[in-house]
Amino acid sequence: MKIEDLDVDEQIGRVSRVLSEHDRKKGILIPTLHRVQEEHGYLPEDILRSLSKRLDLPLAEIYSVASFYKQFHFIPRGKKVVRVCTGTACHVRGAQKVLDRLQEEFQIKEGETTPDLSLTLETVGCVGCCGLAPVAVVNEEVIGEIGPRKLRELIREIKTGVTVKSEDILE
Amino acid sequence: MERLGNIEDLRKLRLNLKEETFRPDRHRIKVCTGTACVASGSRKVVDEFERAGTKGYDLEIVKTGCQGLCQKGPVMKVEPEGYFYQKVKGSDVSDIVSTTLSIGKPVRSLLFRESVIDEPYEFMDTLPFYKKQVRVALRNNGRIDPNNIYHYIAVGGYRALEKALSTMTPDEVLEVVKRANLRGRGGAGFPAGKKWEHCKKAPGRIKFVIANGDEGDPGAFMDRSIMEGDPHSLIEGMLICAYAIDAEYGFIYVRHEYPLAVKNLRIALRQAEELGLLGDNILGTGVNFYLDVREGAGAFVCGESTALVASIEGDRGFPRPRPPRLSEPGGGVWGYPSNLNNIETYACVPPIIENGPDWFLSIGTKNSPGTKVFALTGKVKNTGLVEVPMGITLREIIFDIGGGIIGDKAFKAVQTGGPSGGCIPASLLDLPVDFDSLTEAGSMMGSGGMVVMDEDTCMVDVAKYFLSFCQSESCGKCPPCRVGTYQMLQILERITSGKGEPGDIERLERMCKNIQKGSLCGLGQGAPNPVLSTIRYFREEYEEHVYEHYCRAKVCRGLGVFRIEHSECFLCGLCKQACAYDAVKETRDSYFIDQDYCTKCKACYLACPINAVKIERQPRKEQIGSREVQK
Repeated sequence: MKIEDLDVDEQIGRVSRVLSEHDRKKGILIPTLHRVQEEHGYLPEDILRSLSKRLDLPLAEIYSVASFYKQFHFIPRGKKVVRVCTGTACHVRGAQKVLDRLQEEFQIKEGETTPDLSLTLETVGCVGCCGLAPVAVVNEEVIGEIGPRKLRELIREIKTGVTVKSEDILE
Repeated sequence: MERLGNIEDLRKLRLNLKEETFRPDRHRIKVCTGTACVASGSRKVVDEFERAGTKGYDLEIVKTGCQGLCQKGPVMKVEPEGYFYQKVKGSDVSDIVSTTLSIGKPVRSLLFRESVIDEPYEFMDTLPFYKKQVRVALRNNGRIDPNNIYHYIAVGGYRALEKALSTMTPDEVLEVVKRANLRGRGGAGFPAGKKWEHCKKAPGRIKFVIANGDEGDPGAFMDRSIMEGDPHSLIEGMLICAYAIDAEYGFIYVRHEYPLAVKNLRIALRQAEELGLLGDNILGTGVNFYLDVREGAGAFVCGESTALVASIEGDRGFPRPRPPRLSEPGGGVWGYPSNLNNIETYACVPPIIENGPDWFLSIGTKNSPGTKVFALTGKVKNTGLVEVPMGITLREIIFDIGGGIIGDKAFKAVQTGGPSGGCIPASLLDLPVDFDSLTEAGSMMGSGGMVVMDEDTCMVDVAKYFLSFCQSESCGKCPPCRVGTYQMLQILERITSGKGEPGDIERLERMCKNIQKGSLCGLGQGAPNPVLSTIRYFREEYEEHVYEHYCRAKVCRGLGVFRIEHSECFLCGLCKQACAYDAVKETRDSYFIDQDYCTKCKACYLACPINAVKIERQPRKEQIGSREVQK
C-alpha cells in the first residue's frame, strides 16, 4: 500500500458526504494504521511521517492515537507472536503457568521480543475462547486447552520454526 | 446475486429458497466453525467430509457459527436424523459416513455422555445442556452458514424487515420495541425503546445507528458468536432501528481481537448490499441505510459509549462527561445524534417485530422480559454459550445446564458481569437471574460472562485479578480511576503476599466508594465492584489473609506455614531439589522445612507428587503468647 495513493473518500465509505474534510481524514486514521501494521508487522516511522503529510495531521497526533491502542507497535516484532490469554477463565485454569514457562524458556518478559526476532510474547485480555481455557493465540491461530504436552510442542515449534498445526497436536 | 427490486421479490425469493435449502431428503452435515471449534480442529473434519463428498456421497456441508457447547468441540449435527456428535476428529469421518450416512444409525462413540458409564444422548435437544435453553438471540447460530445470506432468508430472515417496511410506520415499530420492554443487553439494562425514542426526537436530519461489538469483558463471548455465526440478524436489527428512528448511516464497532467476526460481517454486508437490502432505496421503499464495520485496536475502555464514538472518529478512545448523551445533538459520532446498542440487543429486535411484543413479554420475568445469553466458563463441566429465559436461577444454569463443578469439588462463587461485576456466593445460588436481582446482590448482568469458581479459587486473588485488569485498561483521563485503582491494587498485592496490615480491608472499602463516586465512566465506576462484592460475601477470607497470613485456597504465595507430613512423605527428595533457598533439610529418615529459611514460594508444594507438603494456618499471635505464658 502506498500512502501517497490513499483515497480518503473511498476508505471512509458513504458517510463521507456528511463529513468535513478534516473529519474524513481523521476518520480513516485507525483503519489505515491497521493496514500499515498488517503489511509491515509494525508501524515504521517513515510511513507514519508520510501518512502525517497525506492526512494533514501532525505527527504528534498520529503517535498520540497509535500509542493509546495496545494493538499498535513501533518496533519490529517476532516471526511468531504468541499471545497468552489471561482472561478470567484462563486465569482460573492456569494461564499464569503457561506464561511463566514461556518466559523462562525464552528469557524474555511479556511484551518483549527475542533478540533473534523468533518470538514476541504478549498477553491478551480475552480472545473469547473461554470454553477451551487456557488459550494462547499463535499469530492468528488459537490453541486451546494448553497442557504440558502442547506447551512443549509449541516451544519446539518456535525454536525450529516448523509449523505444527494445533489439530495435529491433538491427534 | 440479483438485486431485489421490491418487497414482493424478497417474498418470492424466500418461498423458492425454502423449497431448495435444507431439503429433508438430503443428508446434511452441520459442522461448527466458530473460533473455539476451529481451535480444536473442526477445519480438518470439514476437509474430510469434503473428500467424502467427492467420492460420490450426496452430502451437503454447512459450516455454521458457534453451536454453544464449546468445550466438547468440534461439535456437529447430522440432518435429517438430527444426531449430535461431539469431539469429532478427522479420523471419525469415515465412521460417520459408513454408519450414519449409509444406514442412518448413530456413531455411539461420538455421542454426548455425562460420564463414561452413562447412556449417551442422541439428539441435540435432549442434551441437558440444551434442554433448558430458549434461543432468541442465538436462534440461527448453528443452523445456518453465516457466509450465505440465502440460508438466513430461507429460515425466515429479513421477514421482520419486510413486515416493518410494508405494514408498519416508523412510529409503530418504535412502539412495539417500547412495549416489549427490550432492555439493553450490554449490561446496564436501559430500555432500548426509550433510547431509540430519545434519538428519534433529537433535532437534525442526519442520524447514526451504532452497534457495540467491543466485547472486552474477559470471559464473555456472546457477541462474538452472533457476529460470527449469524451476522445478518444483527444487520436486520440495525436496519429496523434505522427505519424506526430515521437514520441513514450505521457502524458496527468490532474489537480487533475478533478477526473471524470482522471477516464474516464484511461478507454479510457485501451480500446484503448486492441483494439490495442495504444501500440506496432498500427494497424499492425509498429507505436508505449505509452500514460499515470499524475495527477497534485493543482498548477495553472503547466499550464505553463516548469512548467508542471517539475511536470511530479516529481519536484516542477517551470517554467524556455526559451530557450531552450520544442521542443528543453534539453527542454522537461527529456530533450527529446516534443510537448505540449492544449486538445482542439488535439481534433480539427482528423476532420482536415478527412475533409482537406480547410474545416477548411472555418469556422471562415482568421487569426483565426475554432471554439472555450467558458465556458459562470457569470450573464447570460443560462450558459454552447458553441462552436462557430471564428469571432462571443460578443453580439451574450452573448445575443443570453446566453439569456441575469439575471433579465434583465444592462450588464457591460465580462471577458475573466481567470486571465491573461482582462475585455471588453459594448462599445466593437460588437467586433468579435478571437485571435487578443481580444488581441488588452487588453484582450486575454485564454483558453476560459467568465464571464459575470452586474451592481452589482464592477470592482475594480473583478480586486482585479483576482490579489489575481494570487498572491496566484505565485510559488515564480521570485521577480516581487512574490513581485509585493503582492504590487499591497495591493494597491487594500486599494482602495476597502476606504483608497485609490491620485496617487494610477498611481502607479498601473506603477507596472503593470514593472511586465509584468520582470516576468519569463505567470502567472506573465499575472497577471496585469485584473487590466490594468479595469483601461483602467473603470477608473472612480477607481477614484470614491479613490477620492469620493464610490462604485457604492455597493460591497466594507467601502465606501460611509449610510443613512436610511425615506419615505421607515417601522420601523422594523432589521438594529439596525444588527449593531454591535451601529451606528443605534432610535428616537420616525424613525431610523437614526450616522456617527461618522458608520464603513460602510454594515450589516444594508444587513439586511434591503426593501432596505431602502441607500449607497450614499460622498460629495466631495471642495463641503463641499464651503458650509462652504457660511454659
